[in-house]
Amino acid sequence: MAHYLETEVLIIGAGGAGMYAAIAAAEAGSSVLLLDKSVVGRSGATIMAQMTVAVAIGEEEPDHWRHHLADTIASGRGLVDEPLAKILCQSAPDRIRQMDGWGVGWARSPGSGNHITQAHAPGHDRKRCVYVDFLNTGPASSRTLRNKVRQYDGIRRISDLMVTDLVIRDGRALGAVAMHLESGEGVTITAGATVIATGGLTGLYQRNSASANMGGDGFALALRAGAALIDMEFVQFFPIGHLAPRLIGMDPIMWDPFRYKLGGVLLNGEGEEFTQNYGTVEDGKYVVTRDTATYAIFKEVEAGRGSPHGGAWLSFEHIAEADLRAAFGPVIDRLADNGIDLTKMAIEVSPIAHYHMGGLRVDETLATNVPGLFAAGEAVGGANGANRLSGNAITEAFVFGELAGRSAAVASAAASGPEPVPDIRAAAQAHLNFLSETAGRTGEGNATEGIIELQALMQRDVGPFRTKEGLERALDGIAALAGRLPHMSTDGPLAFNQQRADWFALRNMVEVARAIATAALAREESRGAHQREDFPGLEAAWSRTQVIRRSDDGIALSCSEVRHLAPSELTS
Amino acid sequence: MSERQTTRLKIRRGSAEGPARHQVFDFEFEDGQSVLDALRWIRGNRDATLAVRYSCINANACKECVMRIDGRTGYACTTPLKPGVMVLDPLPNKRLIRDLVTDTLPPDERL
Ligand SMILES: Cc1cc2nc3c(=O)[nH]c(=O)nc-3n(C[C@H](O)[C@H](O)[C@H](O)COP(=O)(O)OP(=O)(O)OC[C@H]3O[C@@H](n4cnc5c(N)ncnc54)[C@H](O)[C@@H]3O)c2cc1C
Ligand code: FES
Repeated sequence: MAHYLETEVLIIGAGGAGMYAAIAAAEAGSSVLLLDKSVVGRSGATIMAQMTVAVAIGEEEPDHWRHHLADTIASGRGLVDEPLAKILCQSAPDRIRQMDGWGVGWARSPGSGNHITQAHAPGHDRKRCVYVDFLNTGPASSRTLRNKVRQYDGIRRISDLMVTDLVIRDGRALGAVAMHLESGEGVTITAGATVIATGGLTGLYQRNSASANMGGDGFALALRAGAALIDMEFVQFFPIGHLAPRLIGMDPIMWDPFRYKLGGVLLNGEGEEFTQNYGTVEDGKYVVTRDTATYAIFKEVEAGRGSPHGGAWLSFEHIAEADLRAAFGPVIDRLADNGIDLTKMAIEVSPIAHYHMGGLRVDETLATNVPGLFAAGEAVGGANGANRLSGNAITEAFVFGELAGRSAAVASAAASGPEPVPDIRAAAQAHLNFLSETAGRTGEGNATEGIIELQALMQRDVGPFRTKEGLERALDGIAALAGRLPHMSTDGPLAFNQQRADWFALRNMVEVARAIATAALAREESRGAHQREDFPGLEAAWSRTQVIRRSDDGIALSCSEVRHLAPSELTS
Repeated sequence: MSERQTTRLKIRRGSAEGPARHQVFDFEFEDGQSVLDALRWIRGNRDATLAVRYSCINANACKECVMRIDGRTGYACTTPLKPGVMVLDPLPNKRLIRDLVTDTLPPDERL
């Protein structure tokens, strides 16, 4: 059975960006369809975030969005799309206060006038980062937006609906085709405007902080629809992500504030301190920058001096229990639930893929080059350049979500005028046929295994440190996987067939992986999150953005200038 | 590294229509590994068609992995594996979709 739905604004992905977009589009008077391939408001990165949100609200000390912008541009190492970053920083206070009004519960300082508390995070020139206690920023944000979304009759939410292709007619995005996971049936959706809010791509890596839905679907959907991607080579690795022992219910990047506050010691598999061998001296304080720690751990593991699970030890054993408790209170109990006593044992850490700076190329309305197609949240490229400032990602989800929702509402109204949006069933038929053709094939291997294989390959050769040789090997491996894809099994019952859902995920993942590796191979320099061992220096000539589009024989790479603002626009 | 132990998972397979049957999978685990770790390993290495819902894997945020574990309702991602036999069933009070997946979506979020 084929299902058919119509809406003015279609939003693909219901994390922070998608939910905010839905609210803004509904406020602007549009009917909205908000889809998620898993559960609305529960399944992406937003709900998993436990740390902070950057915003110049100046509650803790005087601040201005232009200071936030200056830090964002500095962190992005010459590649920040300044008009986008300006929107990010300038609109952030409105969003954070709006969320406050909706009851998110930003932590406050009762002692000093009950203002919103702002913490200092690395890379910021002052205390700028708001949060919800305890480690509750993402869950509270998701809950607040879910509750808000429910208040609009104009927003229809559908979970378990995985978009497999966008529908393009006469060069314009007019909706999408999706697979209903419960039944395995195809769904056609006509929309006046479509927003890609599918989040990031860190699920392409073996070591990641991702949920199961972060393989980068949106980037592949966009490429196939003719949209341009930028900065795909910039995947942010978090140096001391949790590796072992197994830890549940905690953010894998949680060790950063621990180290920052208390000064944990990194040890190699032989129990020796090693970061000093890589150019930085540590004297019990947190001085190793993110990138150096990543490099040092990477090199120790390569030299056979890794910890048992292939990372480094992080030890707080020299710190008194009272100090640990004073700094991290209830977190210590949550660790105890996981059998971890920091006074008695070191834990293992390793660089993990955590965020992606690149993404869809958009203008200041968040429109892509495909008419009718918009992007929001982590799916957008450019605002964070070559390296993201901590706390900017949730801000980006809120700010870009709200703006994309508004822009999509305008575009949808303009597209349809007094007429209803055109029925796209004919244009969608090829995609629907493709969906049904991929059911019930008994073949060689399956995509669930294929994803594991791809993650290992990406981790090894397209990870935090790259070489020409490794990247070429990766591209060969990706091509081989892509070649096997049409023969992989998709059999089994239609109901909730994750093997088949994985097939559609892997179909996207190989395209996105190829985009990353291709851009990484071409960029013969090291900058921000892209580090080439064979090209260790930053090259001024490479202060350019790489653009990827689909071409007849795969993907085409080109360069374009980074958009800068005039000095006067940076400050007013 | 901690010692490896073995658990034998008996997992309810099939849809509401078919007869109930439990399929057995053995999994070697390390201390602290969760029931979800075993289920994901089974999907990747033994049977990719095993239906089980999860998103956040580590964060205990999505609440999607709820099921019956040894007769009690719990989250697969927060329940540690134990040596010996563990029995996994879908929630009894929800409509069964397949294997361990039941219809846990809010009614107004369905297609
Ligand atoms: C563990 C963790 C901790 C973090 N901590 C912080 C922090 O403290 N501060 C900070 O600023 N940032 C943090 N980040 C980054 C930040 O959380 C994300 O960048 C941000 O939440 C992204 O929001 P989003 O709405 O764009 O995407 P997401 O929240 O990831 O939502 C995307 C949604 O799209 C859905 N989707 C994907 N593909 C499809 C498809 N084909 N069809 C339908 N739906 C689809 C997914 O299921 C998902 O629900 C963290 C990230 C992680 C993973
Ligand atoms: S997988 Fe998210 S709560 Fe268990």
